[in-house]
Amino acid sequence: MTRPAQRSGASRASADRLARLLNLVPYLLARPGIAVAEAAADLGVTERQLREDLELLWVCGLPGYGPGDLIDMAFDGDTVTITYDAGIDRPLRLTPDEALALVVALRMLAETPGIANRDAIERALAKIESAAGDHADAPVAVRLPGDSDRVEALRGAVGRRRALRITYYTAARDETTERTVDPIRVSVVGGHAYLEAWCRRAESVRMFRADRIDALVELDEPAAPPAQAQLHDLSAGIFRPSADLPLVTLRVGRPARWITEYYPCERVEPDPGAGAGSGREWLVSLRVTDLDWARRFVLGLGPEVTVVSPPELAEQVRDQAAAALNAYADPADPADPAYADPAPADPGYAGPAGGTASR
Amino acid sequence: MSRTRTERLVNLVICLLSTRRFLTAAQIAATVPGYEHDPDDPRDHEAFQRKFERDKAELRELGVPLETGTASAFDTEPGYRIAHREYALPEIPLEPDEAAAVGIAARLWRHAGLAAAASSGLAKLRAGGIDVDPQATLDMEPVVTVDPAFAPLTSAARDRRTVTFDYRVPESDDPTSRRLQPWGVVCWRGRWYVVGHDLDRQAPRCFRLSRIVGGAVRPVGAPGTFEPPGDVDLISYVARWSGPVERPGRATVLVRPGRAAGLRRWAREATSGPDGDLLVLAYADAESLAGRLVGYGPDVRVLDPPEVREAVIQRLKEIATRHDEVVVARTPV
Repeated sequence: MTRPAQRSGASRASADRLARLLNLVPYLLARPGIAVAEAAADLGVTERQLREDLELLWVCGLPGYGPGDLIDMAFDGDTVTITYDAGIDRPLRLTPDEALALVVALRMLAETPGIANRDAIERALAKIESAAGDHADAPVAVRLPGDSDRVEALRGAVGRRRALRITYYTAARDETTERTVDPIRVSVVGGHAYLEAWCRRAESVRMFRADRIDALVELDEPAAPPAQAQLHDLSAGIFRPSADLPLVTLRVGRPARWITEYYPCERVEPDPGAGAGSGREWLVSLRVTDLDWARRFVLGLGPEVTVVSPPELAEQVRDQAAAALNAYADPADPADPAYADPAPADPGYAGPAGGTASR
Repeated sequence: MSRTRTERLVNLVICLLSTRRFLTAAQIAATVPGYEHDPDDPRDHEAFQRKFERDKAELRELGVPLETGTASAFDTEPGYRIAHREYALPEIPLEPDEAAAVGIAARLWRHAGLAAAASSGLAKLRAGGIDVDPQATLDMEPVVTVDPAFAPLTSAARDRRTVTFDYRVPESDDPTSRRLQPWGVVCWRGRWYVVGHDLDRQAPRCFRLSRIVGGAVRPVGAPGTFEPPGDVDLISYVARWSGPVERPGRATVLVRPGRAAGLRRWAREATSGPDGDLLVLAYADAESLAGRLVGYGPDVRVLDPPEVREAVIQRLKEIATRHDEVVVARTPV
């Protein structure tokens, strides 16, 4: 990972071949009588390529390069056995990058909440670290958050292939609903665990974030996701805004610029209309699944954010803010001292009653 | 690299593995096929030297531990050999379930930076006699992604090399150039950070990898120029900035029936009343709670304490004014 970026493709390919050849002798040595086709499939090369590699190795060997010095192998039918290894009986040690890749990935697996076979993962990690020697000390630490019990329960349901009844909070619509789902798999993406399941209500595959599943009942019926259920491609993250979603443009003040790190934005640029000394407002465009969500989002961000478009969103934000203000101006405001005692120490809200003013 | 070059390199590795004495370039040229040349012809000799240098570089890049030394105190020319002990992957006695775990782990990088290193590492384990079931899966796998700065920073932390990079935080308009002695890289809550000693601030700092401009990390100076603190706990450095917040404050809000589901999940207490439901919320900072409450518009009304109530009212007024301007400006006259 340090230097190969500068290498040309052809040079990379031939360096790969040398690495493959040095691996091939010990690989075959450990598997006497393996079928050439099986070895090729296992090593990810064509059978023809493997035979070419073997031919090349066959003329290599110890100085002297006589019949007893060269790497030798016996072909029997479609199988091959190394009969003389000329000293390359073991593969090369792991490079620092290889050790890092394996050690960090195993740490990731071991840290994943609710993972199966954690014991085997940890044993494997210890053994790889010991084989990597000095390189095992990978300067990478991993901590994945998550509720292990919840993830374990979800994983169990996937494994037992049982339908689930879940109480789920949908942040995009700010509502909690009951759904019956057919679990398909559990994944961990970007620090959150998700249940991917066929939702019978939505009639499609949905990703349910584990920490938003407020209740979970395993049903006495098998999970039966229909054949057309398509799993998500998670390689690009969970939320990939599509072009048919509404595009919202906001003018964003400095203290609210953080939203550009937390939400996938389509465009971020300094507001050309803002003069110098305006605190450099940004114009930020993002796709939203739903305008009601956008309304709550904008209101929640406060005075640092103004809707530029669409106009109906600006209007909704204004109307909601005005309606909320009206409620505070309402003489029947329960916070009015004459109306109630909202002392937080009193959990039993008793409705209109006399009491001491809280302010 | 042609077939002849590959052949020459395999022979070079075998030759240097088999010798206990250091072999000089001249001895190697006289032994390994492919290096034949006339040492008395300056041009021919120079071509050989270039070829041999390239080959040594190739082997080192592959990770072959090429030792240099002299065979005896009388030798002036350096010689080469490969110690089998340094070359060979040690035996790794992996049980089948452990081998399966390694195979699954290697696949985690398929969407991210270390895919090539993971698969060549796995190829060596296979060559070492370990059978890795390519079909093995866990019923759950994390999806791993890394920022472009991950590779250069882990290398620099490993080599104990100072780095510089341009760092952009959204609150400031321009990136700042930082100099850091990186101790290590941390994955915390799905994001990557680097922790180290900030040479300009003269203090430990952590940086988010996604904020490094272009993922461009430049090493400066020689490897081994610093030593991380012996008992450093990288995660705690990052967790310090984003750890759990204490919420000593209590606010009481009135919520319309059936609305503000998000707030209800978060409430410490909930009681139904004739005008809606009373929720008691724990908070740390009145302003940030106010932001959260304003999101629900008229569905939520703050009853107490006054600091939260006032903060909400103030925000609502500003939002209403600013958006009123937008709406009025757009309305055709």
